[in-house]
Amino acid sequence: MATPGATTLSDDTGPIPPALRGILPVLIALPVLALAEWTLGASPFATYLLSVVGVNIILAVSLNIVNGMTGQFSIGHAGFMAVGAYIAGVTSLSLKEIGIPGVPVVVSDQLLFVEALLAGGVAAALCGFLVGLPSLRLRGDYLAIVTLGFGEIIRVFVQNTEAFGRALGLSGIPQYSSVAMVYFWVFLVVLVARRIAGSSHGRSLWAIREDEVAAEAMGVDTTGYKVRAFVISSFFAGIAGGLFAHFVPIINPGSFTFVKSMEIVVMVVLGGLGSTTGAIVAAIFLTLLPEGLRSLFGAMGAEGSLAQKVDQIRMPVYGVLLVVLMLARPQGLFGTKELWDVLPRWLPRKKKGLT
Amino acid sequence: MRRLAPMLLAALAVLAVACEKKTQPTGEGTRQPAAQVPATAQGGPVPAGDDVIVLGEVGALTGGQATFGISSRNGIALALKEANAAGGVRGKKLVVRVYDDQSKPEEAAQAVTRLITQDKVVLILGEVASSSSLAMAEKAQAAGVPMITPSSTNPTVTEKGDNIFRVCFIDPFQGFVMAKFARENLKLNKVAVLQDNKSAYSIGLTEVFRQKFAELGGKITGTESYSQGDTDYRAQLTAIKKTQPEGIYVPGYYSEVGVIARQARELGLKVPLMGGDGWDSEKLFELGGSAIDGSYFSNHYSPDNPDPRVQKFIADYKADNNGAVPDALAALAYDAARVAIDALKRAPDTSGPALRAAIAQTKDFPGVAGVITLDAKRNAVKSAVVLKVADGKTSYVTTIAP
Repeated sequence: MATPGATTLSDDTGPIPPALRGILPVLIALPVLALAEWTLGASPFATYLLSVVGVNIILAVSLNIVNGMTGQFSIGHAGFMAVGAYIAGVTSLSLKEIGIPGVPVVVSDQLLFVEALLAGGVAAALCGFLVGLPSLRLRGDYLAIVTLGFGEIIRVFVQNTEAFGRALGLSGIPQYSSVAMVYFWVFLVVLVARRIAGSSHGRSLWAIREDEVAAEAMGVDTTGYKVRAFVISSFFAGIAGGLFAHFVPIINPGSFTFVKSMEIVVMVVLGGLGSTTGAIVAAIFLTLLPEGLRSLFGAMGAEGSLAQKVDQIRMPVYGVLLVVLMLARPQGLFGTKELWDVLPRWLPRKKKGLT
Repeated sequence: MRRLAPMLLAALAVLAVACEKKTQPTGEGTRQPAAQVPATAQGGPVPAGDDVIVLGEVGALTGGQATFGISSRNGIALALKEANAAGGVRGKKLVVRVYDDQSKPEEAAQAVTRLITQDKVVLILGEVASSSSLAMAEKAQAAGVPMITPSSTNPTVTEKGDNIFRVCFIDPFQGFVMAKFARENLKLNKVAVLQDNKSAYSIGLTEVFRQKFAELGGKITGTESYSQGDTDYRAQLTAIKKTQPEGIYVPGYYSEVGVIARQARELGLKVPLMGGDGWDSEKLFELGGSAIDGSYFSNHYSPDNPDPRVQKFIADYKADNNGAVPDALAALAYDAARVAIDALKRAPDTSGPALRAAIAQTKDFPGVAGVITLDAKRNAVKSAVVLKVADGKTSYVTTIAP
């Protein structure tokens, strides 16, 4: 099988000066984010929905590093998200009254927010290291069982800890998050995922995915690579959790169940295992679908008793759509390809050699 | 250039989504003539203040607490149907938009944001679970839209701000009710307490019970604890037996209480058990069997209450829902909707502050689950009922006023 991640990054020589090439994505992303924030400031619903979409993209893309690129099977991503959410939440709560002297309140809040996010991300990465180190030495399904157990342990731990608000949840976390902040992290995780895919590190991951024994025979330190991928993935899951905690008014153990982990796995599988853009598209699609169905049923003017049932049949319809999609495309939307490998086939007139 | 593609595509996707969501209200907000809007219509978002008044409701229609959400929805639908049959409010029909939150607080926050910004509802009803209500309260308070929760009993919910109300009593009140009942109706002198130290609910009830019972001249002979999920309570029950109580207060959930009752009887403890609304489930009889007979618990409402208002509500509810008997959640939701309708009638207009002031003035409102008066903390001051368990069902004993 081809290693698609590698082909796209290596061959471009365009009008961009080499010095700029490294930071060009950042130069483009920042104004776009500022623009998005400015456009959306007045619409809380769009902001909320986009934030949810953004968090799901971070989760899906980060899980794709483990499940897609490395071919391991982690099903406890919500556990790492919970670690990030609670650690960042508690950090923010305790820093609520503190301001950094010498800077405006808004700036100091955002700096503390980033600090809380990093605390959550690092805590999650640490958990990822502790969980991954013993279980990634083995081959096969062990990681799935360990991560499943980890997710449940975290949930039960939170449920019984007074400082984390027990079953009722943690509320009152300052709502610092913004679309720009969420999508800045989306941008970072995509950048990291793409850079990994294109690097020699990524090629080792692909080798592990295709045949672990062969990879090891070729001198790839399989455990080391797997653990590194897992730690990076956990870190971003923690960041996603931290962001989540700063725009959802209350975080509660019920938000980080096994079902949430499976939702993320579904996004990755639907998008195509190993395809970063596939994970993005699937995360956007699956997050907006339930809300879209709400609009659709509303627009159809469903009335009376049907209208009462609308929101109830929304989730079954969502399930049926998933089954149909997986039957029609078992390899996921994009397989292991990226969006720009697939698009030209759908748009025949577009010249493939555009670069 | 190629590496720009993902960035540009991501940016485009973001913008496309943003545009779609922003233009939605104008695209969908087609005005419909009054004649074409049936009483329960849920068509596109209809501008408030036109010919209908739109209320919002968030409930758990799917997920772990689905029965709560569905009961609440049916109760609210009944209240609206009656109000519309009586001519609506100031000549305008009432409609409710119901959104499912899958029993998750983040979905509840999303749904309530949608109700406020897209559907422009004047008032929000919901949720049952306190954590979901807390998530909604934060959004509703920020947007200045009044919210009434029918059945979230956790004290922190209404502390979120002055737009948040509830039509049920808060957790500690049930401890008060049971203490009064045990002392004044059952004439008990010595009572032991067995609390679930894992649940804030159980601890809250116990604290008030102990305090009130002692105040009324009774004696607490001992306090033992268990943890939710335990299966063996013999050690605690043996310790309790030694103190020779005349009753045991067990404010836990039905799943444990059933087993506790069985084991208490095995050990020869024949005294009545007492509890709170956590007992309210058919499962209690299944787990407890005959051991639970002769026990009492406090609840929001009883379908056996002979009050004609309650009986009429039950008959109407049954007619609309294939003969299903309304539970406490349906009754509370019905009350919440009627308090909201009452406030809509009294308020000078449907703006947030006007409605908030009208709801806050609710006094001696005759609900099916007790007479509702809202206090300064926006909690309902109202009576609770005490039910007796016997032969696999509950029967109404008395109503205890605050």
